[in-house]
Amino acid sequence: MPAAFKMNERPQTSLNITVALAGNPNAGKTTLFNFLTGLNQKVANYPGVTVERKAGTWRIGEVTARLIDLPGLYSLETTSLDESIARDVLTGDVEGIRRPDAIVAVVDATNLERNLYLVTQLFEFGIPVVVALTMIDVFEKQKHQIDVGKMSELLRAPVVEVNAKSGRGKSELVASVNKIVGSKPAIPFVAEAHGENGNSKIFARYNFISDVIQRSVKHNDREAHQLSEKIDRLLTHKFFGLLILVAVLLLIFQAIFSWATLPMDLLDKGFGSLGDAVRSQAPEGILTDLLVDGIIAGVGGVMVFLPQILLLFLFISILEDTGYLARAAFLLDKLMSRVGLHGKAFLPLMSSFACAIPGIMATRTIEDRRDRFATIMIAPFMSCSARLPVYTLMIGAFFTGQTVFGFISLGAVLMLAMYMLGIFAAIIVAFVLKRTILKARPAPFVMELPPYRLPNIRTIFQNMLTRAWLFVKRAGTVILAISIILWALMYFPHHVPSPDSQGPSQSPVEATDEQQTTNDKQLTGYESNQLKQSYAGKLGHVIEPVIRPLGFDWKIGVALIASFAAREVLVSTLSIIYNVGKDENEQSETLISAIRNAKKQDGSVVWTPLTAVTLMVFFVLAMQCMSTVAVVRREMNSWKWTLFMVGYMTTLAYAAALATYQGGKLLGY
Amino acid sequence: MCLDEEAFIMSKISTTMNLSNIPTGVQARVTAVKGEGFITRRLMEMGVVPGVLVRLVKSAPFGDPIEVRLLGYSLAIRKNEAEAIEVEL
Repeated sequence: MPAAFKMNERPQTSLNITVALAGNPNAGKTTLFNFLTGLNQKVANYPGVTVERKAGTWRIGEVTARLIDLPGLYSLETTSLDESIARDVLTGDVEGIRRPDAIVAVVDATNLERNLYLVTQLFEFGIPVVVALTMIDVFEKQKHQIDVGKMSELLRAPVVEVNAKSGRGKSELVASVNKIVGSKPAIPFVAEAHGENGNSKIFARYNFISDVIQRSVKHNDREAHQLSEKIDRLLTHKFFGLLILVAVLLLIFQAIFSWATLPMDLLDKGFGSLGDAVRSQAPEGILTDLLVDGIIAGVGGVMVFLPQILLLFLFISILEDTGYLARAAFLLDKLMSRVGLHGKAFLPLMSSFACAIPGIMATRTIEDRRDRFATIMIAPFMSCSARLPVYTLMIGAFFTGQTVFGFISLGAVLMLAMYMLGIFAAIIVAFVLKRTILKARPAPFVMELPPYRLPNIRTIFQNMLTRAWLFVKRAGTVILAISIILWALMYFPHHVPSPDSQGPSQSPVEATDEQQTTNDKQLTGYESNQLKQSYAGKLGHVIEPVIRPLGFDWKIGVALIASFAAREVLVSTLSIIYNVGKDENEQSETLISAIRNAKKQDGSVVWTPLTAVTLMVFFVLAMQCMSTVAVVRREMNSWKWTLFMVGYMTTLAYAAALATYQGGKLLGY
Repeated sequence: MCLDEEAFIMSKISTTMNLSNIPTGVQARVTAVKGEGFITRRLMEMGVVPGVLVRLVKSAPFGDPIEVRLLGYSLAIRKNEAEAIEVEL
């Protein structure tokens, strides 16, 4: 990722100065950043960490500034990752970013005291500061008055009122930045620490701020944000608040699982036809096979989930931007803290029901490292959408038409049971982790409940697209590599179908439909044979003794190995191995009957309903998703943790599957 | 018996208590934030410093965390943290 940034680092004569944009979360920083830079912006990560690094170009009259959007901050002195990165930027210690020539401090006018606190810290870096007052329209509606000149005099820095919507203040901001660049920054006051800890410094800063506000702001007696408090009477109500939260979550799930179906099918077909087109155009041979069966099929298999991920990010962005997300964490913190997690962990976990990748990426909002790691560790237990094809196939093959109590479909009960099993495992593991290797005093829960605001459509879409693009880049590169490896495992050693096996040679033009079908069958037989003799097939035999106690034979072993790339690959691998052609889907009758009729060498059936349940249990718990592994590695920045996760999940899956199968056999199933 | 009585009288006399046990809707003034660790620091940086007025808005559905209002904004903290904040009515 730094590579993309490097290109921008080349000395460009037009980029004369660097300006940092700093401010509290929810202060309107993103809106101002978008307003100043337009579409001229780039998002990447700071080297080695997962803090988003946003930069854009801002035209300031004759000069062009590189505007660095710092993460949202309350302070520059505590230990969170965001804060230390911001500090490094301001001291010029980040590779590839010049020490800023000026700081634009974004200050929410409706929340002056706390917002100015960060500004008092910014003064200490020796960089000239311009204060940009946002939310000024709301502030004025509340009939408060601010004496900008007076405030500027007291802070000894320019103060500009800005409004991104109306464009107010843009030219003043430009003029102020131009004026102060290169000037010697004035320091309005010095906070001296008394005693051992630095807390007296905090007190001194707030005293200074309180003085500034008393002398430059006329407050209306009416308390601000009454509207938010009224809304919260319902939204954080002890009973209705929870009810509404459940309804919101249901709506999001509904959207992810039903609205996304159509674009997902289209993408699936699209990648299918792309493969076909390449196959028909390119010359036969290993390169075409690699391109079609390895790269296009593998990358396509993940990109199919993009609509779900886009929708999920859309909802997250809306919830974030309106201020509801903080309320949800507030409502659920008590429940989450029972297993040692932070209220903010609920959203990443919920997202993981669609896909663990965006879920794990969403854990960044959790400040405490241990809380965050614990959340990442359990996120893959949430039954993601890639498990659905597996559940559907198993239920379709063995549990259709059966009911519980005469009216509830057994399939639905099983499906629900699998989701519950995942949640249950997550709770247990979080509980254990937080009491052992991630043990710590409970992390503080100190969270602002920002005032409700109408979402800014542009910010929302930008957020959604940025995150989706990061997903594509991250998952895409790893999936590409893994797809190629798995393809090679199944492709080599390669046996070219001998002409004899295809029956009497015939020119394709003369082939009748009937003969074409026979050819297809033989081709499928050939594919199945190829898989059996490939390295993957041999690996299946190697692991057979290990998986036999679970009731699995080597063919299921091959499918398990293949599904390590992505869970849904199980369906296509089983199709190939049972000779029904790889294009069958999870509802295919041919595949279902092939599974039902599969025999072991001694003539007994391979699959019983118990085997199906065992396989489902295994899929709930096992870490079978290379893209998740890759994302975990990136987010935790540690191979040790990543391997630990793969190891413990696989062990747990094996143990649970073993218990299911052997227990089931004892009970006579 | 005697001790209980004493405690009762003390609670009537002294108006100093901590933020976790003031009644909902009541405004109080912060007198001190106890402790020296990360939590204390974070609370103070968020504006919970001696002299500031705070009001307990409500507690979450399961009794914890609580929402307090100070300096014109809303802050959610766990009762655990609130216990370190001494206030007077």
